[in-house]
Amino acid sequence: MKITRNDVEHVARLARLRFSEDQLEVFTSQLNDILAYFDKLQKLDTTSVEPSSHAVNLTNVFREDVVTASIPEEESLKNAPASERGCFRVPKVIEG
Amino acid sequence: MEYETIIGLEVHAQLLTDSKIFCGCSTSFGESPNHLTCPVCLGMPGVLPVLNKKVVELTIKTALATDCNIAPYSQFARKNYFYPDLPKGYQISQYELPLARNGYLEIEMEKEKRHKKIGITRIHMEEDAGKLLHELDGKPADYSYVDFNRTGVPLMEIVSEPDINTPEEAGEYLRVLRAILQYLEVCDGNMEQGSFRCDANISLRPKGMKGLGTKVELKNMNSFRHVMRALEYEIQRQAVVLDSGEKIRQETRLWNADQGITESMRSKEEAHDYRYFPDPDLVPLVVDDAWVDQIRQSLPELPTARQERFVKEYQIPDYDAHILTAVRQLADYFEACVRLGAQPKAVSNWVMGDILRRVPDTRLIGAFSVTPAHLAEMLGMIDAGTISGKIAKAVFEDMVTSGRMPAAIVADKGLVQVSDEGALEKAVKEVLDAHAEKAEEYRQGKEKLFGFFVGLVMKATQGKANPQMVTELLRKKLAG
Repeated sequence: MKITRNDVEHVARLARLRFSEDQLEVFTSQLNDILAYFDKLQKLDTTSVEPSSHAVNLTNVFREDVVTASIPEEESLKNAPASERGCFRVPKVIEG
Repeated sequence: MEYETIIGLEVHAQLLTDSKIFCGCSTSFGESPNHLTCPVCLGMPGVLPVLNKKVVELTIKTALATDCNIAPYSQFARKNYFYPDLPKGYQISQYELPLARNGYLEIEMEKEKRHKKIGITRIHMEEDAGKLLHELDGKPADYSYVDFNRTGVPLMEIVSEPDINTPEEAGEYLRVLRAILQYLEVCDGNMEQGSFRCDANISLRPKGMKGLGTKVELKNMNSFRHVMRALEYEIQRQAVVLDSGEKIRQETRLWNADQGITESMRSKEEAHDYRYFPDPDLVPLVVDDAWVDQIRQSLPELPTARQERFVKEYQIPDYDAHILTAVRQLADYFEACVRLGAQPKAVSNWVMGDILRRVPDTRLIGAFSVTPAHLAEMLGMIDAGTISGKIAKAVFEDMVTSGRMPAAIVADKGLVQVSDEGALEKAVKEVLDAHAEKAEEYRQGKEKLFGFFVGLVMKATQGKANPQMVTELLRKKLAG
Protein backbone atom coordinates (compact mmCIF):
# COMPACT_ATOMS: atom_id res chain seq x y z
CA MET A 1 0.00 0.00 0.00
CA LYS A 2 1.23 3.45 -0.85
CA ILE A 3 0.14 6.73 0.66
CA THR A 4 -0.49 9.46 -1.85
CA ARG A 5 -0.42 13.16 -1.41
CA ASN A 6 -4.22 13.07 -1.72
CA ASP A 7 -4.44 10.77 1.30
CA VAL A 8 -2.40 13.19 3.36
CA GLU A 9 -4.52 16.14 2.27
CA HIS A 10 -7.70 14.20 3.09
CA VAL A 11 -6.58 13.20 6.58
CA ALA A 12 -5.30 16.70 7.22
CA ARG A 13 -8.69 18.11 6.30
CA LEU A 14 -10.48 15.66 8.59
CA ALA A 15 -8.22 16.80 11.44
CA ARG A 16 -8.60 20.46 10.49
CA LEU A 17 -4.88 20.84 9.87
CA ARG A 18 -3.44 23.07 7.17
CA PHE A 19 -0.08 22.19 5.66
CA SER A 20 2.25 23.99 3.27
CA GLU A 21 3.29 22.40 -0.01
CA ASP A 22 6.64 21.44 1.48
CA GLN A 23 5.04 19.87 4.51
CA LEU A 24 2.71 17.82 2.33
CA GLU A 25 5.74 16.45 0.50
CA VAL A 26 7.60 15.65 3.69
CA PHE A 27 4.65 13.97 5.41
CA THR A 28 3.76 11.89 2.39
CA SER A 29 7.27 10.57 2.20
CA GLN A 30 7.54 10.03 5.99
CA LEU A 31 4.26 8.17 6.16
CA ASN A 32 5.40 5.94 3.32
CA ASP A 33 8.61 5.20 5.19
CA ILE A 34 6.57 4.13 8.20
CA LEU A 35 4.42 1.87 6.06
CA ALA A 36 7.52 0.39 4.49
CA TYR A 37 8.62 -0.60 7.96
CA PHE A 38 5.29 -2.37 8.45
CA ASP A 39 5.93 -4.25 5.22
CA LYS A 40 9.01 -5.59 6.91
CA LEU A 41 6.98 -6.64 9.96
CA GLN A 42 4.48 -8.37 7.70
CA LYS A 43 7.19 -10.78 6.66
CA LEU A 44 7.36 -12.21 10.19
CA ASP A 45 5.57 -15.45 10.78
CA THR A 46 2.87 -14.62 13.35
CA THR A 47 0.61 -17.63 12.86
CA SER A 48 0.99 -18.69 16.50
CA VAL A 49 0.55 -15.18 17.93
CA GLU A 50 -2.86 -13.87 19.07
CA PRO A 51 -3.74 -10.55 17.44
CA SER A 52 -3.65 -7.73 19.96
CA SER A 53 -4.47 -4.06 20.00
CA HIS A 54 -2.58 -3.36 23.21
CA ALA A 55 0.98 -3.40 24.30
CA VAL A 56 0.17 -4.60 27.81
CA ASN A 57 -1.51 -7.89 28.58
CA LEU A 58 -4.20 -6.49 30.84
CA THR A 59 -7.99 -6.73 30.87
CA ASN A 60 -10.79 -5.30 33.01
CA VAL A 61 -9.34 -2.22 34.59
CA PHE A 62 -12.28 -0.54 36.32
CA ARG A 63 -13.15 2.26 38.65
CA GLU A 64 -16.17 2.15 40.94
CA ASP A 65 -19.08 4.49 40.25
CA VAL A 66 -18.00 7.15 42.73
CA VAL A 67 -18.12 10.89 42.13
CA THR A 68 -14.87 12.75 42.64
CA ALA A 69 -14.33 16.48 42.57
CA SER A 70 -14.34 18.23 39.21
CA ILE A 71 -11.96 21.08 38.56
CA PRO A 72 -13.10 24.70 38.92
CA GLU A 73 -14.65 26.22 35.85
CA GLU A 74 -11.81 28.78 35.52
CA GLU A 75 -9.35 25.90 35.31
CA SER A 76 -11.42 24.20 32.61
CA LEU A 77 -11.51 27.35 30.57
CA LYS A 78 -7.86 28.26 31.06
CA ASN A 79 -6.71 26.79 27.74
CA ALA A 80 -9.67 28.09 25.77
CA PRO A 81 -8.68 30.55 23.03
CA ALA A 82 -11.89 32.39 23.90
CA SER A 83 -14.52 31.98 26.56
CA GLU A 84 -17.65 33.78 27.63
CA ARG A 85 -20.09 33.24 30.50
CA GLY A 86 -18.51 30.01 31.58
CA CYS A 87 -18.56 28.51 28.10
CA PHE A 88 -15.89 27.79 25.51
CA ARG A 89 -16.52 30.21 22.67
CA VAL A 90 -16.07 28.82 19.17
CA PRO A 91 -16.83 29.98 15.63
CA LYS A 92 -20.51 29.70 14.89
CA VAL A 93 -21.61 26.18 14.01
CA ILE A 94 -25.23 25.54 13.20
CA GLU A 95 -26.67 22.17 12.46
CA GLY A 96 -29.10 22.03 9.63
CA MET B 1 -47.26 2.20 -6.68
CA GLU B 2 -47.63 0.37 -3.43
CA TYR B 3 -44.61 0.38 -1.17
CA GLU B 4 -43.38 -1.45 1.87
CA THR B 5 -41.70 0.55 4.62
CA ILE B 6 -38.56 -0.66 6.34
CA ILE B 7 -37.55 1.06 9.57
CA GLY B 8 -34.64 0.52 11.92
CA LEU B 9 -34.21 2.52 15.14
CA GLU B 10 -31.11 3.63 17.02
CA VAL B 11 -31.68 4.54 20.64
CA HIS B 12 -29.19 6.34 22.82
CA ALA B 13 -30.00 5.81 26.47
CA GLN B 14 -28.19 7.59 29.27
CA LEU B 15 -27.14 5.10 31.91
CA LEU B 16 -28.12 5.86 35.51
CA THR B 17 -24.71 6.24 37.07
CA ASP B 18 -23.53 8.85 39.54
CA SER B 19 -20.25 9.47 37.76
CA LYS B 20 -19.15 9.66 34.13
CA ILE B 21 -18.01 6.67 32.09
CA PHE B 22 -14.24 7.31 32.21
CA CYS B 23 -13.75 9.79 35.06
CA GLY B 24 -15.23 10.70 38.43
CA CYS B 25 -17.12 13.84 37.37
CA SER B 26 -20.77 13.88 38.34
CA THR B 27 -23.47 13.16 35.74
CA SER B 28 -26.07 15.43 37.33
CA PHE B 29 -28.31 17.40 35.01
CA GLY B 30 -28.77 21.18 34.95
CA GLU B 31 -25.48 22.31 36.52
CA SER B 32 -24.04 25.58 35.27
CA PRO B 33 -21.80 25.19 32.20
CA ASN B 34 -18.41 23.49 32.56
CA HIS B 35 -18.74 22.85 36.30
CA LEU B 36 -18.61 19.09 35.83
CA THR B 37 -15.37 18.66 33.96
CA CYS B 38 -11.85 17.43 34.64
CA PRO B 39 -8.68 16.82 32.60
CA VAL B 40 -9.96 13.37 31.53
CA CYS B 41 -13.32 14.42 30.07
CA LEU B 42 -11.80 17.62 28.68
CA GLY B 43 -9.36 15.44 26.74
CA MET B 44 -6.17 16.98 28.13
CA PRO B 45 -2.94 15.40 26.90
CA GLY B 46 -1.50 12.63 29.05
CA VAL B 47 -4.64 11.64 30.94
CA LEU B 48 -5.92 8.10 31.16
CA PRO B 49 -9.61 7.15 31.02
CA VAL B 50 -10.68 4.35 33.38
CA LEU B 51 -13.92 2.48 32.76
CA ASN B 52 -16.78 2.83 35.26
CA LYS B 53 -17.73 -0.72 36.25
CA LYS B 54 -21.38 0.14 36.73
CA VAL B 55 -21.66 1.16 33.07
CA VAL B 56 -20.72 -2.38 32.08
CA GLU B 57 -23.13 -3.91 34.59
CA LEU B 58 -26.08 -1.80 33.47
CA THR B 59 -25.37 -2.66 29.84
CA ILE B 60 -25.16 -6.39 30.65
CA LYS B 61 -28.49 -6.07 32.48
CA THR B 62 -30.08 -4.56 29.37
CA ALA B 63 -28.49 -7.21 27.15
CA LEU B 64 -29.95 -9.98 29.34
CA ALA B 65 -33.40 -8.39 29.36
CA THR B 66 -33.39 -8.23 25.55
CA ASP B 67 -32.03 -11.72 25.06
CA CYS B 68 -28.73 -10.63 23.55
CA ASN B 69 -25.54 -12.64 23.37
CA ILE B 70 -22.98 -11.07 25.65
CA ALA B 71 -19.50 -10.95 24.18
CA PRO B 72 -16.89 -12.64 26.38
CA TYR B 73 -14.37 -10.22 24.89
CA SER B 74 -15.12 -6.68 23.82
CA GLN B 75 -13.21 -3.53 23.21
CA PHE B 76 -13.46 0.24 23.03
CA ALA B 77 -12.68 2.13 19.83
CA ARG B 78 -12.04 5.70 18.89
CA LYS B 79 -14.50 7.27 16.49
CA ASN B 80 -12.62 10.18 14.99
CA TYR B 81 -14.36 13.31 13.84
CA PHE B 82 -13.98 16.98 14.31
CA TYR B 83 -16.71 18.96 15.97
CA PRO B 84 -16.53 21.56 18.74
CA ASP B 85 -18.67 19.49 21.14
CA LEU B 86 -16.00 16.79 21.14
CA PRO B 87 -12.91 17.92 23.08
CA LYS B 88 -10.60 15.03 22.16
CA GLY B 89 -11.36 15.00 18.43
CA TYR B 90 -12.71 11.48 18.90
CA GLN B 91 -15.52 9.81 20.76
CA ILE B 92 -14.78 6.66 22.74
CA SER B 93 -17.29 4.07 21.59
CA GLN B 94 -17.36 0.41 20.63
CA TYR B 95 -17.16 -0.66 17.02
CA GLU B 96 -16.09 -4.11 15.84
CA LEU B 97 -16.44 -5.77 19.23
CA PRO B 98 -19.54 -4.45 21.02
CA LEU B 99 -20.59 -5.84 24.39
CA ALA B 100 -23.84 -7.39 23.13
CA ARG B 101 -25.43 -8.61 19.90
CA ASN B 102 -28.38 -10.48 18.45
CA GLY B 103 -31.23 -9.90 20.85
CA TYR B 104 -34.87 -9.05 20.39
CA LEU B 105 -37.86 -7.66 22.12
CA GLU B 106 -41.48 -8.37 21.57
CA ILE B 107 -44.05 -5.71 20.81
CA GLU B 108 -47.80 -6.04 21.08
CA MET B 109 -49.97 -4.28 18.50
CA GLU B 110 -53.10 -3.59 20.52
CA LYS B 111 -55.53 -2.96 17.66
CA GLU B 112 -54.49 -5.83 15.45
CA LYS B 113 -54.08 -8.17 18.43
CA ARG B 114 -50.75 -9.50 17.28
CA HIS B 115 -47.27 -9.88 18.69
CA LYS B 116 -44.11 -9.22 16.75
CA LYS B 117 -40.46 -9.75 17.50
CA ILE B 118 -38.13 -6.88 16.70
CA GLY B 119 -34.50 -7.90 16.45
CA ILE B 120 -31.75 -6.02 18.26
CA THR B 121 -28.55 -5.93 16.22
CA ARG B 122 -26.23 -4.71 18.93
CA ILE B 123 -25.87 -2.84 22.19
CA HIS B 124 -22.69 -0.95 22.92
CA MET B 125 -21.33 1.58 25.41
CA GLU B 126 -20.01 5.01 24.56
CA GLU B 127 -19.49 8.49 25.94
CA ASP B 128 -21.78 11.44 25.28
CA ALA B 129 -20.47 14.63 23.67
CA GLY B 130 -20.82 18.17 25.00
CA LYS B 131 -23.63 20.60 24.42
CA LEU B 132 -23.51 23.43 21.90
CA LEU B 133 -25.44 26.61 22.51
CA HIS B 134 -26.21 28.90 19.60
CA GLU B 135 -28.08 31.58 21.50
CA LEU B 136 -27.31 34.08 24.20
CA ASP B 137 -30.17 35.49 26.28
CA GLY B 138 -32.63 33.85 23.92
CA LYS B 139 -31.21 35.61 20.85
CA PRO B 140 -29.11 34.08 18.07
CA ALA B 141 -25.47 34.80 18.81
CA ASP B 142 -22.48 35.48 16.57
CA TYR B 143 -20.59 32.56 18.10
CA SER B 144 -21.37 29.10 19.36
CA TYR B 145 -20.77 28.21 22.99
CA VAL B 146 -19.67 24.87 24.36
CA ASP B 147 -20.63 23.31 27.69
CA PHE B 148 -18.70 20.09 28.40
CA ASN B 149 -20.76 18.96 31.42
CA ARG B 150 -22.33 16.17 29.38
CA THR B 151 -19.04 15.08 27.85
CA GLY B 152 -18.28 11.60 29.10
CA VAL B 153 -21.76 10.90 30.43
CA PRO B 154 -22.30 7.17 29.81
CA LEU B 155 -24.60 6.16 26.98
CA MET B 156 -25.80 2.84 25.72
CA GLU B 157 -26.58 2.65 22.03
CA ILE B 158 -29.24 0.10 21.13
CA VAL B 159 -29.55 -0.62 17.43
CA SER B 160 -32.60 -2.46 16.12
CA GLU B 161 -32.79 -4.68 13.07
CA PRO B 162 -34.80 -3.21 10.16
CA ASP B 163 -37.78 -5.27 11.35
CA ILE B 164 -40.17 -2.36 11.86
CA ASN B 165 -42.74 -1.71 9.12
CA THR B 166 -45.00 1.07 10.39
CA PRO B 167 -44.74 4.23 12.49
CA GLU B 168 -47.07 2.56 15.02
CA GLU B 169 -44.68 -0.37 15.39
CA ALA B 170 -41.83 2.10 15.86
CA GLY B 171 -43.77 3.85 18.61
CA GLU B 172 -44.58 0.56 20.30
CA TYR B 173 -40.96 -0.63 20.08
CA LEU B 174 -39.82 2.57 21.80
CA ARG B 175 -42.47 2.24 24.51
CA VAL B 176 -41.55 -1.37 25.22
CA LEU B 177 -37.82 -0.64 25.20
CA ARG B 178 -38.19 2.36 27.48
CA ALA B 179 -40.37 0.41 29.91
CA ILE B 180 -37.71 -2.32 30.07
CA LEU B 181 -34.93 0.21 30.72
CA GLN B 182 -37.02 1.87 33.42
CA TYR B 183 -37.87 -1.45 35.06
CA LEU B 184 -34.20 -2.34 35.07
CA GLU B 185 -33.36 1.08 36.54
CA VAL B 186 -30.79 1.42 33.83
CA CYS B 187 -32.12 4.68 32.31
CA ASP B 188 -34.77 7.15 33.42
CA GLY B 189 -36.21 7.30 29.88
CA ASN B 190 -36.70 11.04 29.86
CA MET B 191 -36.90 12.13 26.20
CA GLU B 192 -37.28 15.85 26.90
CA GLN B 193 -34.06 15.96 28.93
CA GLY B 194 -32.37 13.86 26.29
CA SER B 195 -31.67 10.80 28.42
CA PHE B 196 -33.54 8.64 25.89
CA ARG B 197 -32.99 9.68 22.27
CA CYS B 198 -34.01 8.07 19.04
CA ASP B 199 -32.78 8.29 15.46
CA ALA B 200 -34.50 6.36 12.67
CA ASN B 201 -33.42 4.81 9.40
CA ILE B 202 -36.21 4.49 6.89
CA SER B 203 -36.49 3.25 3.32
CA LEU B 204 -39.26 2.20 0.97
CA ARG B 205 -39.35 -0.62 -1.57
CA PRO B 206 -42.01 -1.72 -4.02
CA LYS B 207 -44.29 -4.19 -2.32
CA GLY B 208 -43.16 -7.78 -2.66
CA MET B 209 -39.67 -6.87 -3.76
CA LYS B 210 -36.56 -8.25 -2.08
CA GLY B 211 -33.61 -6.10 -1.13
CA LEU B 212 -33.64 -2.68 0.47
CA GLY B 213 -34.22 0.76 -0.99
CA THR B 214 -31.96 3.73 -0.28
CA LYS B 215 -32.31 4.72 3.34
CA VAL B 216 -32.63 8.10 4.93
CA GLU B 217 -31.58 8.84 8.50
CA LEU B 218 -33.98 10.93 10.59
CA LYS B 219 -32.85 12.93 13.60
CA ASN B 220 -34.09 15.57 15.99
CA MET B 221 -37.23 13.86 17.26
CA ASN B 222 -37.66 14.40 20.99
CA SER B 223 -40.83 12.50 21.74
CA PHE B 224 -42.48 9.24 20.66
CA ARG B 225 -45.15 11.25 18.91
CA HIS B 226 -42.54 13.15 16.92
CA VAL B 227 -40.80 9.93 15.92
CA MET B 228 -44.08 8.58 14.57
CA ARG B 229 -45.02 11.82 12.83
CA ALA B 230 -41.58 12.15 11.24
CA LEU B 231 -41.81 8.57 9.94
CA GLU B 232 -45.31 9.17 8.58
CA TYR B 233 -44.13 12.28 6.78
CA GLU B 234 -41.07 10.51 5.40
CA ILE B 235 -43.14 7.60 4.04
CA GLN B 236 -45.27 10.07 2.09
CA ARG B 237 -42.29 12.06 0.89
CA GLN B 238 -40.33 9.05 -0.32
CA ALA B 239 -43.38 7.58 -2.06
CA VAL B 240 -43.87 10.81 -4.00
CA VAL B 241 -40.20 10.88 -5.04
CA LEU B 242 -40.27 7.22 -6.12
CA ASP B 243 -43.60 7.57 -7.93
CA SER B 244 -42.15 10.39 -10.01
CA GLY B 245 -39.39 8.02 -11.12
CA GLU B 246 -36.65 9.78 -9.18
CA LYS B 247 -34.18 8.31 -6.76
CA ILE B 248 -34.01 8.75 -3.00
CA ARG B 249 -30.85 10.51 -1.88
CA GLN B 250 -29.02 8.85 0.98
CA GLU B 251 -28.84 11.61 3.57
CA THR B 252 -29.62 12.74 7.07
CA ARG B 253 -32.82 14.71 7.51
CA LEU B 254 -33.93 16.68 10.53
CA TRP B 255 -37.49 16.64 11.84
CA ASN B 256 -38.94 20.13 11.98
CA ALA B 257 -41.68 19.78 14.59
CA ASP B 258 -43.12 23.26 14.02
CA GLN B 259 -43.75 22.69 10.35
CA GLY B 260 -44.31 18.95 10.58
CA ILE B 261 -41.76 18.15 7.88
CA THR B 262 -38.29 16.63 7.52
CA GLU B 263 -35.52 18.77 6.05
CA SER B 264 -32.24 17.84 4.46
CA MET B 265 -29.39 18.54 6.87
CA ARG B 266 -27.09 19.81 4.09
CA SER B 267 -24.21 19.41 6.47
CA LYS B 268 -20.85 20.86 5.55
CA GLU B 269 -19.31 18.03 7.54
CA GLU B 270 -17.03 15.72 5.56
CA ALA B 271 -18.46 12.51 4.26
CA HIS B 272 -18.42 10.20 7.27
CA ASP B 273 -14.94 8.84 7.59
CA TYR B 274 -14.51 8.01 11.23
CA ARG B 275 -11.24 6.05 10.99
CA TYR B 276 -12.19 3.78 13.89
CA PHE B 277 -9.40 2.02 15.71
CA PRO B 278 -9.06 0.27 19.07
CA ASP B 279 -8.47 2.77 21.86
CA PRO B 280 -5.00 2.04 23.23
CA ASP B 281 -5.89 3.83 26.49
CA LEU B 282 -8.55 1.29 27.41
CA VAL B 283 -7.75 -2.34 27.96
CA PRO B 284 -10.08 -5.04 26.58
CA LEU B 285 -13.17 -5.99 28.54
CA VAL B 286 -13.60 -9.64 29.47
CA VAL B 287 -16.98 -10.74 30.79
CA ASP B 288 -17.18 -14.27 32.18
CA ASP B 289 -20.25 -16.42 32.86
CA ALA B 290 -19.97 -15.94 36.61
CA TRP B 291 -20.32 -12.19 36.25
CA VAL B 292 -23.24 -12.52 33.84
CA ASP B 293 -25.00 -15.00 36.14
CA GLN B 294 -24.55 -12.74 39.11
CA ILE B 295 -26.21 -9.89 37.20
CA ARG B 296 -28.92 -12.22 35.94
CA GLN B 297 -29.87 -12.89 39.58
CA SER B 298 -30.51 -9.19 40.08
CA LEU B 299 -32.95 -8.79 37.19
CA PRO B 300 -36.41 -7.65 38.27
CA GLU B 301 -39.65 -8.98 36.82
CA LEU B 302 -39.98 -7.34 33.40
CA PRO B 303 -43.06 -5.56 32.00
CA THR B 304 -44.33 -8.38 29.77
CA ALA B 305 -43.98 -11.01 32.48
CA ARG B 306 -45.63 -8.72 34.99
CA GLN B 307 -48.51 -8.00 32.60
CA GLU B 308 -49.14 -11.72 32.15
CA ARG B 309 -48.98 -12.31 35.87
CA PHE B 310 -51.45 -9.46 36.57
CA VAL B 311 -53.99 -11.02 34.19
CA LYS B 312 -53.59 -14.44 35.76
CA GLU B 313 -53.19 -13.57 39.39
CA TYR B 314 -55.61 -10.65 39.66
CA GLN B 315 -58.09 -11.60 36.92
CA ILE B 316 -57.99 -8.17 35.33
CA PRO B 317 -58.38 -7.62 31.57
CA ASP B 318 -55.26 -7.71 29.40
CA TYR B 319 -55.89 -4.08 28.48
CA ASP B 320 -55.77 -2.99 32.13
CA ALA B 321 -52.66 -5.05 32.81
CA HIS B 322 -50.95 -3.52 29.77
CA ILE B 323 -51.53 0.03 31.00
CA LEU B 324 -50.77 -0.73 34.64
CA THR B 325 -47.43 -2.40 33.90
CA ALA B 326 -46.17 0.15 31.38
CA VAL B 327 -44.47 2.07 34.19
CA ARG B 328 -42.93 0.17 37.06
CA GLN B 329 -44.00 2.64 39.73
CA LEU B 330 -47.61 2.49 38.56
CA ALA B 331 -47.58 -1.30 38.69
CA ASP B 332 -46.06 -1.13 42.18
CA TYR B 333 -48.83 1.24 43.26
CA PHE B 334 -51.51 -1.09 41.92
CA GLU B 335 -50.02 -4.12 43.62
CA ALA B 336 -49.63 -2.29 46.93
CA CYS B 337 -53.38 -1.47 46.89
CA VAL B 338 -54.31 -5.04 46.08
CA ARG B 339 -52.04 -6.39 48.83
CA LEU B 340 -53.94 -4.17 51.27
CA GLY B 341 -57.03 -6.14 50.42
CA ALA B 342 -58.70 -4.03 47.73
CA GLN B 343 -60.52 -5.67 44.80
CA PRO B 344 -58.07 -5.73 41.84
CA LYS B 345 -60.59 -4.62 39.20
CA ALA B 346 -61.84 -1.79 41.42
CA VAL B 347 -58.26 -0.62 41.99
CA SER B 348 -57.55 -0.85 38.28
CA ASN B 349 -60.62 1.27 37.44
CA TRP B 350 -59.62 3.98 39.88
CA VAL B 351 -55.98 3.95 38.84
CA MET B 352 -56.75 4.13 35.13
CA GLY B 353 -59.44 6.77 35.64
CA ASP B 354 -59.15 9.34 38.40
CA ILE B 355 -55.56 8.64 39.34
CA LEU B 356 -54.07 8.80 35.83
CA ARG B 357 -55.95 12.06 35.37
CA ARG B 358 -54.32 13.48 38.48
CA VAL B 359 -50.80 12.09 37.97
CA PRO B 360 -49.54 13.00 34.51
CA ASP B 361 -46.08 11.50 35.12
CA THR B 362 -46.81 8.13 36.70
CA ARG B 363 -43.16 7.57 37.56
CA LEU B 364 -43.80 10.11 40.32
CA ILE B 365 -46.85 8.34 41.73
CA GLY B 366 -44.86 7.49 44.85
CA ALA B 367 -45.17 11.16 45.82
CA PHE B 368 -48.93 11.35 45.16
CA SER B 369 -51.00 12.44 48.17
CA VAL B 370 -53.38 9.52 47.70
CA THR B 371 -51.24 6.56 48.71
CA PRO B 372 -52.18 2.89 48.22
CA ALA B 373 -53.31 2.92 51.86
CA HIS B 374 -55.72 5.79 51.15
CA LEU B 375 -57.17 4.15 48.07
CA ALA B 376 -57.49 0.70 49.64
CA GLU B 377 -59.27 2.12 52.68
CA MET B 378 -61.69 4.07 50.48
CA LEU B 379 -62.46 1.06 48.31
CA GLY B 380 -63.09 -0.92 51.49
CA MET B 381 -65.64 1.67 52.58
CA ILE B 382 -67.43 1.37 49.24
CA ASP B 383 -67.50 -2.42 49.54
CA ALA B 384 -68.86 -2.22 53.07
CA GLY B 385 -71.62 0.12 51.88
CA THR B 386 -70.38 2.91 54.13
CA ILE B 387 -70.10 5.29 51.19
CA SER B 388 -71.49 5.23 47.67
CA GLY B 389 -69.39 5.38 44.51
CA LYS B 390 -70.59 8.92 44.07
CA ILE B 391 -69.49 10.01 47.51
CA ALA B 392 -66.21 8.26 46.91
CA LYS B 393 -65.50 10.74 44.12
CA ALA B 394 -65.86 13.62 46.61
CA VAL B 395 -63.73 11.77 49.16
CA PHE B 396 -61.09 11.21 46.49
CA GLU B 397 -60.93 14.91 45.61
CA ASP B 398 -60.52 15.71 49.29
CA MET B 399 -57.71 13.18 49.65
CA VAL B 400 -55.91 14.66 46.65
CA THR B 401 -55.79 18.11 48.20
CA SER B 402 -55.66 17.32 51.92
CA GLY B 403 -53.91 13.95 52.03
CA ARG B 404 -56.24 12.93 54.88
CA MET B 405 -57.38 9.32 55.26
CA PRO B 406 -60.83 8.59 53.81
CA ALA B 407 -62.40 7.49 57.10
CA ALA B 408 -61.44 10.81 58.65
CA ILE B 409 -62.88 12.73 55.70
CA VAL B 410 -66.16 10.80 55.76
CA ALA B 411 -66.57 11.24 59.52
CA ASP B 412 -65.62 14.90 59.39
CA LYS B 413 -67.94 15.80 56.54
CA GLY B 414 -70.77 13.50 57.55
CA LEU B 415 -70.62 11.67 54.23
CA VAL B 416 -71.64 8.28 55.53
CA GLN B 417 -74.08 6.65 53.21
CA VAL B 418 -77.70 6.53 54.38
CA SER B 419 -78.79 2.90 54.44
CA ASP B 420 -81.47 3.36 57.07
CA GLU B 421 -84.56 1.91 55.42
CA GLY B 422 -86.99 4.09 57.38
CA ALA B 423 -85.24 7.30 56.41
CA LEU B 424 -84.98 6.29 52.77
CA GLU B 425 -88.60 5.18 52.60
CA LYS B 426 -89.61 8.56 53.88
CA ALA B 427 -87.53 10.35 51.23
CA VAL B 428 -88.95 8.14 48.48
CA LYS B 429 -92.50 8.73 49.64
CA GLU B 430 -91.97 12.49 49.72
CA VAL B 431 -90.60 12.52 46.19
CA LEU B 432 -93.43 10.40 44.82
CA ASP B 433 -96.05 12.47 46.64
CA ALA B 434 -94.62 15.67 45.21
CA HIS B 435 -94.64 14.22 41.70
CA ALA B 436 -97.79 12.17 41.70
CA GLU B 437 -98.53 12.93 38.03
CA LYS B 438 -95.13 11.72 36.86
CA ALA B 439 -95.52 8.62 39.02
CA GLU B 440 -98.76 7.90 37.25
CA GLU B 441 -97.11 8.38 33.85
CA TYR B 442 -94.46 5.89 34.89
CA ARG B 443 -97.09 3.36 35.84
CA GLN B 444 -98.68 3.88 32.41
CA GLY B 445 -95.41 2.70 30.86
CA LYS B 446 -93.13 5.72 30.62
CA GLU B 447 -90.28 3.76 32.18
CA LYS B 448 -87.51 6.12 31.45
CA LEU B 449 -88.84 8.35 34.22
CA PHE B 450 -87.24 5.96 36.70
CA GLY B 451 -83.90 7.76 36.58
CA PHE B 452 -85.70 11.03 37.25
CA PHE B 453 -87.03 9.68 40.56
CA VAL B 454 -83.67 8.24 41.58
CA GLY B 455 -82.08 11.61 40.92
CA LEU B 456 -84.63 13.41 43.09
CA VAL B 457 -84.17 11.03 45.99
CA MET B 458 -80.40 11.36 45.77
CA LYS B 459 -80.79 15.12 45.72
CA ALA B 460 -83.07 15.08 48.73
CA THR B 461 -80.43 13.10 50.65
CA GLN B 462 -77.46 15.21 49.46
CA GLY B 463 -76.17 12.23 47.51
CA LYS B 464 -75.79 10.12 50.61
CA ALA B 465 -78.56 7.61 49.97
CA ASN B 466 -77.52 4.05 49.27
CA PRO B 467 -78.30 3.81 45.53
CA GLN B 468 -79.20 0.12 45.54
CA MET B 469 -81.71 0.64 48.33
CA VAL B 470 -83.20 3.68 46.63
CA THR B 471 -83.70 1.68 43.45
CA GLU B 472 -85.34 -1.17 45.29
CA LEU B 473 -87.65 1.07 47.32
CA LEU B 474 -88.67 3.05 44.25
CA ARG B 475 -89.53 -0.09 42.31
CA LYS B 476 -91.61 -1.36 45.17
CA LYS B 477 -93.49 1.89 45.66
CA LEU B 478 -94.06 2.55 41.98
CA ALA B 479 -95.31 -0.96 41.43
CA GLY B 480 -97.70 -0.72 44.36
